[in-house]
Amino acid sequence: MGREAAISLLIAAALLAAPLLGQAFDEPFVITLATKVAILGLAGTGLNLALGYGGLVSLGHAAFFGLGGYVAGILASHALNYEPLFTWPLTVEGTTQMLIIWPVAIVVSGVAALVIGALSLRTSGVFFIMITLAFAQMVYYFAISWPAYGGEDGLSIYIRNEFPGLNTLNPLHFFAVCYVLLLVAVALSFLLSRSRFGLALSGARQNAQRLATVGISPFRVRLTAFVLSGMVTGLAGALYADLNRFVSPSMLSWHTSGEIMVFVLLGGTRRLLGPAAGAALYIVLEHTLGDVSEHWMLLLGALLVALVLFARGGVIGILAGQPRHA
Amino acid sequence: MTASLIVEQLLNGLQFGVMLFLMAAGLTLIFGVMGLINLAHGSFYMVGAFACAAVAALTGSYWAGLAASLAAAAAAGALVEVAVIRRLYSRGHLDQVLATFALILVFSEGTRWVFGSFPLHLTVPGFLSGPVALPGGIDYPLFRFAIILAGLLIAAGLFLLIAKTRLGVRIRAGESDREMIAALGVDIRRLYTTVFALGAALAGFAGALVGTIQSVQVGMGEPVLILAFVVIIIGGLGSIVGALVGAVLVGLTDTLGRILLPVLFDTFMESSSATTVGSALASMLIYILMALVLILRPTGLFGTRAH
Amino acid sequence: MPEPILQTEALTKRFGAVVASDDVTLDLRPGEIHALIGPNGAGKSTVIKQIAGEVRPDGGSIRFAGRTIDRLDMVARARLGLARTFQVSSVAPEFSALQNVMLAVQSVDRRIYRFFRPALREAVLVEPAMAHLERLLLDDRAEVRAGDLSHGERRALEIAIALALKPRAFLLDEPMAGMGPENTAKLVEILDGLRAEAPILLVEHDMDAVFALADRISVIVYGRIIASGTPQEIRSNEEVQRAYLGDEGDDGAA
Repeated sequence: MGREAAISLLIAAALLAAPLLGQAFDEPFVITLATKVAILGLAGTGLNLALGYGGLVSLGHAAFFGLGGYVAGILASHALNYEPLFTWPLTVEGTTQMLIIWPVAIVVSGVAALVIGALSLRTSGVFFIMITLAFAQMVYYFAISWPAYGGEDGLSIYIRNEFPGLNTLNPLHFFAVCYVLLLVAVALSFLLSRSRFGLALSGARQNAQRLATVGISPFRVRLTAFVLSGMVTGLAGALYADLNRFVSPSMLSWHTSGEIMVFVLLGGTRRLLGPAAGAALYIVLEHTLGDVSEHWMLLLGALLVALVLFARGGVIGILAGQPRHA
Repeated sequence: MTASLIVEQLLNGLQFGVMLFLMAAGLTLIFGVMGLINLAHGSFYMVGAFACAAVAALTGSYWAGLAASLAAAAAAGALVEVAVIRRLYSRGHLDQVLATFALILVFSEGTRWVFGSFPLHLTVPGFLSGPVALPGGIDYPLFRFAIILAGLLIAAGLFLLIAKTRLGVRIRAGESDREMIAALGVDIRRLYTTVFALGAALAGFAGALVGTIQSVQVGMGEPVLILAFVVIIIGGLGSIVGALVGAVLVGLTDTLGRILLPVLFDTFMESSSATTVGSALASMLIYILMALVLILRPTGLFGTRAH
Repeated sequence: MPEPILQTEALTKRFGAVVASDDVTLDLRPGEIHALIGPNGAGKSTVIKQIAGEVRPDGGSIRFAGRTIDRLDMVARARLGLARTFQVSSVAPEFSALQNVMLAVQSVDRRIYRFFRPALREAVLVEPAMAHLERLLLDDRAEVRAGDLSHGERRALEIAIALALKPRAFLLDEPMAGMGPENTAKLVEILDGLRAEAPILLVEHDMDAVFALADRISVIVYGRIIASGTPQEIRSNEEVQRAYLGDEGDDGAA
């Protein structure tokens, strides 16, 4: 564990150093990239709760990511137009305050995770993968065909939402917000993985029959983990919408689900900073390969295939020299 | 709404369903025999469509194109099986998902490299173009009608293949007991490659046919892949009959829902919002159907195995 | 005679043409070890599975702790106090032996949904878990991954987990299977003491262990109970000798 902890610290430090260097050398693009890594790492940290600790291979986390994004976009657009969200039974106004947007995003994606989880966790294995994918696709098509919030074209957030005491339009300030949230989520995952609930969740992954035999319902434990997982990914979605100042159905597309999963696996499942490391690697690859060839996706795909086939355990697994128990 | 419109939409739904069946059958066979979840199955659909378009343009013969779609998809399937998929059988679903997701990137970007980003178009061969007159004075595009027939014929052929041939016996044996079949002296590697290529060929064929009435473009296989998953969830994993029933159900529900729901909502809503609500709901209808099946029968309509 | 804690009433289960349980009626009373013996494939494990809630019977009924439990699932039955071990050891392989037992301890105190405090620092979990491991002579193996334990140790670990559930009845499916004579002797001693805490329904092939431990024995052949009684009655029962013990040779080990 010592070595993994050291590597985790190193990753956290590097992610902090990158935007500071970007600021020093007047490369604002680096700050944006680091912010993107922090946010996507947060989304992956959410998925890791279900996928890594719970062994639940969800290919539908784009639903929560996108819903979080739409919460940010919709609340902000109502606030900017001075138009209440709804007026019955009580009047609810939009808002540009992140401190309000985040809890709403967390609750909305949590409720979605509760519904999708309650249905899909009735099954397991391949069925679970296909069902989570299908439900996320349902949300995707709904977003496309519902014209009120931009439909296929998406929704712009004209001014990045606000955080008290900070200027979120300053890239470094916004990075700090995202970075702190990532660290909080990682710290909470760490606590959770060692808690009673973590014990039960890991037990459900290793041997559900054993868990049931001691009188703990694997279904409930998994559903709880799935909801928590969706909440964290939903929060990341709200931040991502603010980063791009734009939210569109592409956040809900199944490619997004696949990518979040790739972050987790690149970094290594059940590694605390694995998702962040995976997201960083993915984004660095995207940019370096992009310089090599306009068909960098082909190279990326081939690299990913090779990684799955020959380098199990993700980056942190390789660096820490520990095999992953898949 | 006229009766002829309903019949036409019923046929469209059937045509859609039959094409979904070709996709779902391959997926479910591959899962049944090898225990593999293959996200890249939609890529074979795309490969088939592109092969058909390219060869048809080159030779001027649609039929040559169709043959090429089968051959190219089967070859792509066999190649991928030998190079990558084979190493995934013993792995967990997570590795399978990730590797086949990465394969999609390779296929899509590779196809874009060769053919560019612009959609290609296929022309319906001369004697299949134009309408066919159905009883009741309904005109229906002959080509779509032919697709339904072709799809049903292939479905029948697939059932015969599995029920009557030696390959079918091995497939069924492979589904029920993997060790047993190796003990029988069947070359299991070749069987797996064959089944994978067969599934790929079915997908490629569907891609070519659908590409003829729509367009041929990168990424065309992905929405179909996800619908094929919905078909399998509804029909039951590993069941060919389930795949057929599920596919027709999904095809009909989706097609009719898009026509009927806006009309239905129009009866008690203001017209413009009826269209909005109706079409939004229609886009979710098959997923709602899937959720209902899951609540009532978590193993799918024809699924028996625990998954 | 004390009221039985567990009763099955005409349990019947068919798998296709095979009748795995045929009208099985038996009970378990406080303080006793009731052994279920019979040839391989006679349907002993199927009875355990039906009582534990893993297999749904086609007919019949099960009463436990004063109520009918037919409609309860595995989880609910375990919570009611049915502690079960498996014929093939079933533990969480990546967990240490200690963590495996802790899982059962936290289930009993009903506080599973705690998310922040490290479980391994909770004395209320660790101390009872260690005590149960000690009882099964596993205390010096507490930190070892369950997957790395020896076969015999894993069998013992399962009983420690069952013990941690503070059950009202034990269902033990061949706890001695695959154990050497030395370990078997130790386990016989442990089970002997266990009956004071909760009665044991014991499926076992080791006849020496069965006759050393059991207060009552039921013999099951082709899914049907052909005889039930004290060890002496069973030993002298002609039908049992013919159907079962006679076939197995003089040493009595199946």
